[in-house]
Amino acid sequence: MSQPKTLFEKVWEQHVVAQEEGCPAVLYIDLHLIHEVTSPQAFTGLRQRGLRVRRPDRTVATMDHSTPTDPKRLEVVDDQAKAQLAQLVKNCEEFGITCYPLGNPKNGIVHVVGPERGLTQPGKTIVCGDSHTSTHGAFGALAFGIGTSEVEHVLATQCLLQHKPKTMEVRVEGRLGKCVTAKDIILALCAKIGTGGATGYVIEYTGQAIRDLDIEGRMTVCNMSIEAGARAGMIAPDEKTFEYLQGREFAPKGEAWDRAVERWKELRTDEGATYDRTVVIDASKLEPMITYGTNPGMGIGISETIPSADIYEEEALRAAHEKALGYMGLEGGKPIAGHKVDVVFIGSCTNSRLPDLRAAASIFAGRKVAEGVRVLVVPGSHDVKKAAEAEGLDRIFVEAGAEWREPGCSMCIAMNGDNLEPGQYAVSTSNRNFEGRQGKGGRTFLASPLMAAAAAVTGKVTDVRTLL
Amino acid sequence: MDKFTAFESHVVPLPAENVDTDQIIPARFLKVTDKNGLGDALFFDWRYLEDGSPNPKFVLNEPASQGAKILIAGDNFGCGSSREHAPWALTGWGLRAILSTSFADIFKNNALKNGLLPIELEPAVHAKLMRDVQADRAAKVKVDLADQSVTLPDGSKVTFQVDPFAKRCLLEGVDQLGYLLGFDEQIKAFEARHDAL
Ligand code: SF4
Repeated sequence: MSQPKTLFEKVWEQHVVAQEEGCPAVLYIDLHLIHEVTSPQAFTGLRQRGLRVRRPDRTVATMDHSTPTDPKRLEVVDDQAKAQLAQLVKNCEEFGITCYPLGNPKNGIVHVVGPERGLTQPGKTIVCGDSHTSTHGAFGALAFGIGTSEVEHVLATQCLLQHKPKTMEVRVEGRLGKCVTAKDIILALCAKIGTGGATGYVIEYTGQAIRDLDIEGRMTVCNMSIEAGARAGMIAPDEKTFEYLQGREFAPKGEAWDRAVERWKELRTDEGATYDRTVVIDASKLEPMITYGTNPGMGIGISETIPSADIYEEEALRAAHEKALGYMGLEGGKPIAGHKVDVVFIGSCTNSRLPDLRAAASIFAGRKVAEGVRVLVVPGSHDVKKAAEAEGLDRIFVEAGAEWREPGCSMCIAMNGDNLEPGQYAVSTSNRNFEGRQGKGGRTFLASPLMAAAAAVTGKVTDVRTLL
Repeated sequence: MDKFTAFESHVVPLPAENVDTDQIIPARFLKVTDKNGLGDALFFDWRYLEDGSPNPKFVLNEPASQGAKILIAGDNFGCGSSREHAPWALTGWGLRAILSTSFADIFKNNALKNGLLPIELEPAVHAKLMRDVQADRAAKVKVDLADQSVTLPDGSKVTFQVDPFAKRCLLEGVDQLGYLLGFDEQIKAFEARHDAL
């Protein structure tokens, strides 16, 4: 019998084109997603060398980072952003790449578009000049973010030079409690191992609580793998995965579908295969999570108090903790529940899919946004937007007093004119609470769509379970 | 790309942990279609005050930092996004090596492709060096990639690890795409098998 292998090893081995002594592997890339921000310099590089795109048929572009989302003012934020968007269209035309530009019905955030078009499939290698490419691992793909030099490498050769990473199993055992979601699992992992805890590893998520998640929830978990330092997170495909993909635009059809499913069923970690490291989380012990600091590892359960710097022995860590609390305007030892909120952002490639919006809407229904709070609901794609409107979710949001926006990254990265004002507090369903991430001087609490909606209707950080 | 040669420089001390790429270069500076000129945006929100004037308290603005080629920062440097604008901004300002106790993966990859050397030091060595360069801003450190060593201000030498392939590329001044393009035949053969799946 051949040696037992992990899911990661299987996908990796199927894509090694060559491996020379003392050099990284030449890894074949099945799908290359591109967007406006990290690709222009790569195309410039191609032109300077007189190279072509090797496989335009394996390359798909969308624009999302700086696209406007205000339906009343669909203007690109400034001339520089306009030029960058125009450059993407031009590059795609010149090199024969499919592009979903602003206004195209297939447009949306790159990590929402890939799966919903059926481009993302089990066993594929997928890259994008974007660290949240880890999202696509929810289907059992090996998917990771790359820099612009590497975007150029993949455009030119459809390959990447990669050292084989180590493997980490994150086993989430047991069942999640009421109002505890995929977002809470991943925030709990970040809090447990820290933002650098999985550096050098590819994570495979296993266990009952992961199997119980729908595909969108699995995407939320894999999406934030990078927030724990892992370039990729993977989940073995199962019937839910196949059901999600069947019939989607780029999913195999007919006989090819049957063959693909047979192949995909092999994509799981063999009995007896080993990981370099294993972390176990008990799902039944988790509560809704929220971050209090300036990196995604600084998260706590909603009933906990904000840690003070005394939890650290080392001077550098104490100083870092103090600095983060200072930026956030928070005090250690105080509860986080009840803290005032100015803005609520529901969106981003972490939590902007239909089930996320349904969860938020379930809290908004029959309630009003609290006085003085601004709420943005930004669907991840036009497909999501259409589906949400077909169910009447948009009316629930608008009646509650929230803004129902056009798709895009929006306030996750604040490049498109949607941003926090200095000093404002936001509860956000996005993935990064770095200083200034949502606008210079803005302060971010990361949480699930349920928790974000609870903050919106109460005007403060609130345990969503108290609203039921 | 220029060959990466040994050099000596004074050091900018930035004793912050988890310096993320949004701090290295905030997202609003990513709307460019070029790699050049990003040095001005480096650490922008730490470097400039509300009114646009330089923040005199930020280390990069201190006279003693000018002309430095080395930055020493806290653990997990470069976490966050995959933006290669981060190394472009760091090299644009004039830096050629970053010293830390660890680096985020994507940042490390990006840096090595742009003639910026991420050097991981032992925590104790790192802590002492941080103190020493804070105490004496003119203290010099020598970085030698060929023998993978850093010579500290007190004259002692420590070695560091670097991916041998990236090292070769840096020392010879060749870029990695050239190497990849050499695999055309193997890639064709792989595609013939793989596309049929
Ligand atoms: S939604 Fe945010 S994290 Fe996701 S791709 Fe856009 S900017 Fe990046």
